[in-house]
Amino acid sequence: MTDNLARYVTEHERARRGRFQGASPRLASLREDALHRFLDLGFPTTRDEEWRYTTVAPIVEQVFTLPEASPASTRVDLAPFVLAGDFAAQLVFVNGQYAPALSEMRDLPAGVVVESLASALASRPDDVEPYLAPAATVERQAFTLLNAAFLSDGACIRIPAHATLEKPIHALFVSAPESDRRATMTHLRVLMVMGADSRATFVESYAGPETANYFTNAVTQIVLAENALLDHYKIQRESVPASHVSTTFIRAARSATCTSHSVSLGGGLVRNDVMAVLDGEGAECTLNGLYFADQRRFVDNHTTIDHAQPHCDSREMYKGILADAARGVFNGKIIVRPDAQKTDAKQTNRALLLSEDAQINTKPQLEIFANDVKCTHGAAIGQLDEEAVFYLRSRGLSEPEARHMLIHAFASDVLQRMPLASIRASVEAVLQRQLERVLAVAA
Amino acid sequence: MLTVRNLHARVLGREILRGVDLTIDAGEVHAIMGPNGSGKSTLARVLAGHPEYEVTGGEVLYDGQDLLAMDPEARARTGVFMAFQYPVEIPGVNNAYFLKAALNAVRMHRGQEELDAMEFMALVRDRMKQLDMDETLLNRPVNEGFSGGEKKRNEIFQMAVLEPRLAILDETDSGLDIDALRIVAHGVNAMRNPDRAFLLVTHYQRLLNYIVPDVVHVLTEGRIVRSGGKELALELEEKGYGWLEAPVAG
Repeated sequence: MTDNLARYVTEHERARRGRFQGASPRLASLREDALHRFLDLGFPTTRDEEWRYTTVAPIVEQVFTLPEASPASTRVDLAPFVLAGDFAAQLVFVNGQYAPALSEMRDLPAGVVVESLASALASRPDDVEPYLAPAATVERQAFTLLNAAFLSDGACIRIPAHATLEKPIHALFVSAPESDRRATMTHLRVLMVMGADSRATFVESYAGPETANYFTNAVTQIVLAENALLDHYKIQRESVPASHVSTTFIRAARSATCTSHSVSLGGGLVRNDVMAVLDGEGAECTLNGLYFADQRRFVDNHTTIDHAQPHCDSREMYKGILADAARGVFNGKIIVRPDAQKTDAKQTNRALLLSEDAQINTKPQLEIFANDVKCTHGAAIGQLDEEAVFYLRSRGLSEPEARHMLIHAFASDVLQRMPLASIRASVEAVLQRQLERVLAVAA
Repeated sequence: MLTVRNLHARVLGREILRGVDLTIDAGEVHAIMGPNGSGKSTLARVLAGHPEYEVTGGEVLYDGQDLLAMDPEARARTGVFMAFQYPVEIPGVNNAYFLKAALNAVRMHRGQEELDAMEFMALVRDRMKQLDMDETLLNRPVNEGFSGGEKKRNEIFQMAVLEPRLAILDETDSGLDIDALRIVAHGVNAMRNPDRAFLLVTHYQRLLNYIVPDVVHVLTEGRIVRSGGKELALELEEKGYGWLEAPVAG
């Protein structure tokens, strides 16, 4: 075993003597099993097709340890990370652990359960544990296995059948440097289970102070029963030195509708995987993505939409803005299983490169095994239209204003697809600040 | 108001303007005519500050200021406006939003208060009515999906809102049917006043039936080879450009 893998064994042993104590035998064996599979597999390399353009060296080469302090003793100013909005509940996690004093439960309808995963595992393990295993056993997913090996806390949400949640639920994951400034890692798990005919909006967001160095490894599992309707947002605003790896599993039963927005604005090394399975007739899935990277940051979005049943629709639109020497990867896979006739799938991805040194690797991947289907995809990479820049300037707008207006216009169709106005406004504000910095440097 | 002296300019390494001299006073309407490739649109774009056009010699004074030293946005704010020959489609930028930002940039430069949404809409509605424009165009992305005529009318509409002192119209008449041409000409004529000057770049005499110029210039191979009154345009219509000899380079 290489040194970098051995460090994870050491951390795991430490956790077994500490925070893992009291786990059910089922959970303990899930963690052990996942750790061993992870050790067998090791971290992905660029020889792995799914990681061809993405080197995880910044994660492999650094020493990350589990955070020591309890949230109560970590001094962190939450103000910069809190998203504006009228939330039914807001769960706050500091360095991977639930912080009840910072969280708020406001108006949750009867039967809706919003709690920390640690508390759910302690109070109703038989309800929760069966959901955790499937994602842990996905073959050849090193980061998901690593997440399962260290699984201990996160958000756990259950919406009962027929319940309608008018206001969104927000889970905020903040990484704050420890007093000794060690680089820490968190392995967060979010479980969102929705009953038949239920409706909800869920926002998960990840953030950390500007200069903090840490590694977030998050897994989100979304399970929708028949006819459930979810509007999901994942807002990533990690620090520039941070590494962020996330995997979102979505399973939609018959006639369920899932819209998932992935916004990636921070992080030095970012890899987001979204894997949606349309597992019942008439299920619908919409994936919207918006990412921005500058400096030498790297952002990779991989999505898979698996049409497993007939008459399912999927819509996907990813847009990226890359400045300076930033690099991006987009890989969008659509699988249409042999039974999935009448599939209607549409994928669009576009990247805007703001400098000569910015780069994007993009690849659509269609695997179609049914014959009566409609699948389209389109990819475009471009720069700002200089004639449009001149047009705006010739009407009195300054050059940075003109460029900003055009970049915003590029992002606008993804932003406009976000029904939650408060989140859209927050994303626009963060993006605006980032663009102002990029355009000021260029000017 | 505008003095152009011995202006030389090139684009993509090719010299297009080879010593243009031109003086326009406030209150005047000048027309520049000339065959294709003579440099008419280049002159318009150089005056507006297009970054692809490189000035290699000469000077341009606008109200005594060195126009060529100014950014395109500074020119716009100080009252220079160019109606584009090919207005640019800008998906995702709302027409009204863009125009409000432009107008407020210009107003700020003039030391005027920014207009609020109500005042802006009142102004815009008035100008749209003058140009017989469909108000729904306001809430569409700039020029996107507009017909050729709508795009040209949108340029004149922007001019009517921004109220420049020097308006350069680059082949605004091309692609307009006769009704649209009348409306556009009416919009321009309504803006004529003793403080404002117009430079009309056109290939055809037709526009000048509706907007009667004070001076007509003929541009050939990057130089003004003849200037005269409005009758010169009629003469050109009759005889073409061939009878005007290109000047000897030197």
